[in-house]
Amino acid sequence: MIFELSRPGRKGYELPADKYNTDGLKDIPADLLRTQPLDLPEVSELDVVRHYTNLSNKNFGVDTGFYPLGSCTMKYNPKISEELSAHPAFAGLHPLQDADSAQGALELYYNLQHALSSLAGLSEFTLNPYAGAHGELTGLMIMKEYHRSRGDHKRTRVIIPDSAHGTNPASAMVAGMEVVEVKSKPNGSVDVEDLKPLLDDTVAGIMMTNPNTLGMFEIEIMEIAKLVHEAGGLLYYDGANFNPLLGRVRPGDMGFDIMHINLHKTFSTPHGGGGPGSGPVGVRKGLEKFLPNPRVKKGEDGKFYVEFDKDSLGSVSTFFGNFSVMMRAYAYILSLGKENIRNVGPMATLNANYIKESLKDDYLLPIDGVCKHEFVFDGLKDKSTGVTTLNVAKRLLDYGFHAPTIYFPLLFHESMMIEPTETESLETLDEFIEVMHKVAKEARETPEDVKNAPLSTAVRKLDETSAAKNPILTYKGMKSQD
Amino acid sequence: MPHTESDIRKMLDKIGVEKIDDLYSDVPQEVIFREEYDLPSAMSEIELRRHFEELGKKNRTLTVFGGGGVYDHYSPSVIPHLLARSEFYTAYTPYQPEISQGTLQYIFEYQSMISELTGMEATNASMYDGATATAEAMFMMVASARKKNRVVLSETISERVLEVVKTYADFHGVDLTVVPAKDGVTDREAVSAEIGKGDVAGVIVACPNRYGIIEDFTGLADEIHAAKGYLAINADPSTLAVLRTPAEWGADIAVGDGQSLGMPMSFGGPYLGYMSCGKDMLRKMPGRVVGATKDIDGKRCFVLTLQAREQHIRRQKATSNICSNQSLMALYATIYLSLMGRQGLVEVNTLSCDGAHYLYKKLIETGKFEPAFNKPFLKEFTLKTNLDVEKLNEYLLKNDIMGPISAGEGLVSFAVTEKRTKEEIDKLVTLISEI
Repeated sequence: MIFELSRPGRKGYELPADKYNTDGLKDIPADLLRTQPLDLPEVSELDVVRHYTNLSNKNFGVDTGFYPLGSCTMKYNPKISEELSAHPAFAGLHPLQDADSAQGALELYYNLQHALSSLAGLSEFTLNPYAGAHGELTGLMIMKEYHRSRGDHKRTRVIIPDSAHGTNPASAMVAGMEVVEVKSKPNGSVDVEDLKPLLDDTVAGIMMTNPNTLGMFEIEIMEIAKLVHEAGGLLYYDGANFNPLLGRVRPGDMGFDIMHINLHKTFSTPHGGGGPGSGPVGVRKGLEKFLPNPRVKKGEDGKFYVEFDKDSLGSVSTFFGNFSVMMRAYAYILSLGKENIRNVGPMATLNANYIKESLKDDYLLPIDGVCKHEFVFDGLKDKSTGVTTLNVAKRLLDYGFHAPTIYFPLLFHESMMIEPTETESLETLDEFIEVMHKVAKEARETPEDVKNAPLSTAVRKLDETSAAKNPILTYKGMKSQD
Repeated sequence: MPHTESDIRKMLDKIGVEKIDDLYSDVPQEVIFREEYDLPSAMSEIELRRHFEELGKKNRTLTVFGGGGVYDHYSPSVIPHLLARSEFYTAYTPYQPEISQGTLQYIFEYQSMISELTGMEATNASMYDGATATAEAMFMMVASARKKNRVVLSETISERVLEVVKTYADFHGVDLTVVPAKDGVTDREAVSAEIGKGDVAGVIVACPNRYGIIEDFTGLADEIHAAKGYLAINADPSTLAVLRTPAEWGADIAVGDGQSLGMPMSFGGPYLGYMSCGKDMLRKMPGRVVGATKDIDGKRCFVLTLQAREQHIRRQKATSNICSNQSLMALYATIYLSLMGRQGLVEVNTLSCDGAHYLYKKLIETGKFEPAFNKPFLKEFTLKTNLDVEKLNEYLLKNDIMGPISAGEGLVSFAVTEKRTKEEIDKLVTLISEI
């Protein structure tokens, strides 16, 4: 802990001398000043560098090894994007500085939103939302605002498949909408017969992802779009699963009216250990005016400007969102260009199907057929060993792989969701397949090794129960327990 | 993409299909996109660098005297070097604690440091920004106060934060009452009148406020607590090294934007929103939280905890929809606070405060400005002027200066950080006196 390295009087910074002859803080009445002690670490610069470098060594990232994490699209983060995102001509821009002095930044925002529109088959994007869930919330606000603008206030219900990611219903709750679940068929796709009776005049729209959480394409999507539109609702596309369609299918062409994109999934910006992400939201023609403020627009004279639109739903972010994240996504799109971007979805799909076909002898594949970017196993095929999906996941850590997404979707008891992404080579996939077979073999022959995994990681099985029962959330809290 | 033609052949054979298109045979053929995307052709690294260079030339890096919630504080050189460790930035959310102790430990250190600043027991792993954190504080108060759905917000909070909170309240269905400012500070009489109606779940105020004023909240917490409501304070975390803390004011929740902790302004982000509260509200707090525990060998370690509040478990009954947060920026804040320590942060505030007071005095001396409120301030202050703000800023922009932010009719706000030199301030004052 950095706090444990602290020594009174040690410091890790240098600041210029104070040349002002003013009273500064002394002008502030004493009862407005802090009297509580402030126990921050007192450490040298080298202490800090070594401490955090050592911490980084206790982490696993895409640069460390393969991440077959379903629904998370852990693709390689190109280094050139990192370098460009730190460009000093952008890093020093104040978000409130005059638009004339920030034309490059505004142009980048505009170009990226335009590129996303073209790739998604929609009219315009806002880049302001900070993450996927924030994009969902923004998209649902657009949906609600659209109905409100028509005076149709009774449309407050949003239909969400029971297999959806937890953020979908949670975003609906935050947007002040009521969730109606539509059932999935055994193969994970939306049950159209179950959907039909739900489509009354209180329905604002439906939230879907396609391919669905099982990685299967919703083949009845055109029928669903027709039914929802006929009932007066809108279709929301959860872009969490956009990667397999990139270059092949555009959500706008499938009838979706609103969508968000996770730039940290499909457009290769880093996950950062849980953020910052970016969740741009796109809309079809006719819904642009509801997009959140501020908006970046291009004038007739070719100049870019910032606008606060009165018809907008309002603001969901302080300024323009996670700008330097957008810079990375923009660099990624330009480096692929209109030609190579067509291969993203297909290669991701190829990789997923290759793993699926190579492992279905040892792992239980509940839904056969061609998947898209990901697929789900229902644990090991041989259930007699008592080895669970959790055990397999933890054993993979011993072999230098990240675990797949486990126990999601909830449709199966032993879900193990695997998504390789297009940036992994055949050799990496083969290595993973070999290890998965090895774990299956261990499960049969030496199951205890799998059940006790991980055996070789920096820390082993953690006591999560006492962490939740008796939360220790700060260094002070920790010391008071010692 | 690493696939060679022979790789693709081998993989297709394994799958048992003939060509790539067959992987999409289940897709209705009318939605397969066969046209050309409206995008440029692929760029090499050389071309990409040149393109960004050209875009960069269309930006102007200015000497910043504007604030409005974003401050040009100094970023120590060490931070970007450590953030560039790809074990940090290419990692996923630490759901596999055995291989994520780096992320989990820095979040724990972050929580500890922010809790030190706010004086509160618990801090979450970060929110998107200060504005959304404030909106989430509003939800938290409504969820904690039984059967009350009204929140009172002082208009003295930063304008952009106000807009976001209004939007969230509007859609979620919170009855938000915005109390207009009085003499640049929260109108305490008006707030008391609202509290007196008995239906207020919580009050939100800011410090320093949108005019840069350090507000006095004496008695406010007691008043709202007596009415069984909660108090949330939006505070600039950098200033908490010297200013009275939300905990000292008796607040239940502290929120704000972490940008002031040395983060590059970066045209609006990424920064982070922080949120702290007392243990009593912990289970209503949104977002991820890291706790300390031990592994089966008795080794100290860290893990995501209290997940029963979160969307992936509770779905529509969760405390919030937040999933991804601003984790890497929490690492930024943690390294910044480690380097600066208490003394460094006090010096940052002293230098900024002294510079701001120096500029204030000099601007009054030009005769073109008058004090607007005569209230204590730290690094940002508001003056009255007859100058046309737009013209003033155009003129300053020609001299590579970002001038003050408009703070309402005839009001302008200047900000000074430790990065501004006396020479820069003198130049600004000279330019203005020459108008």
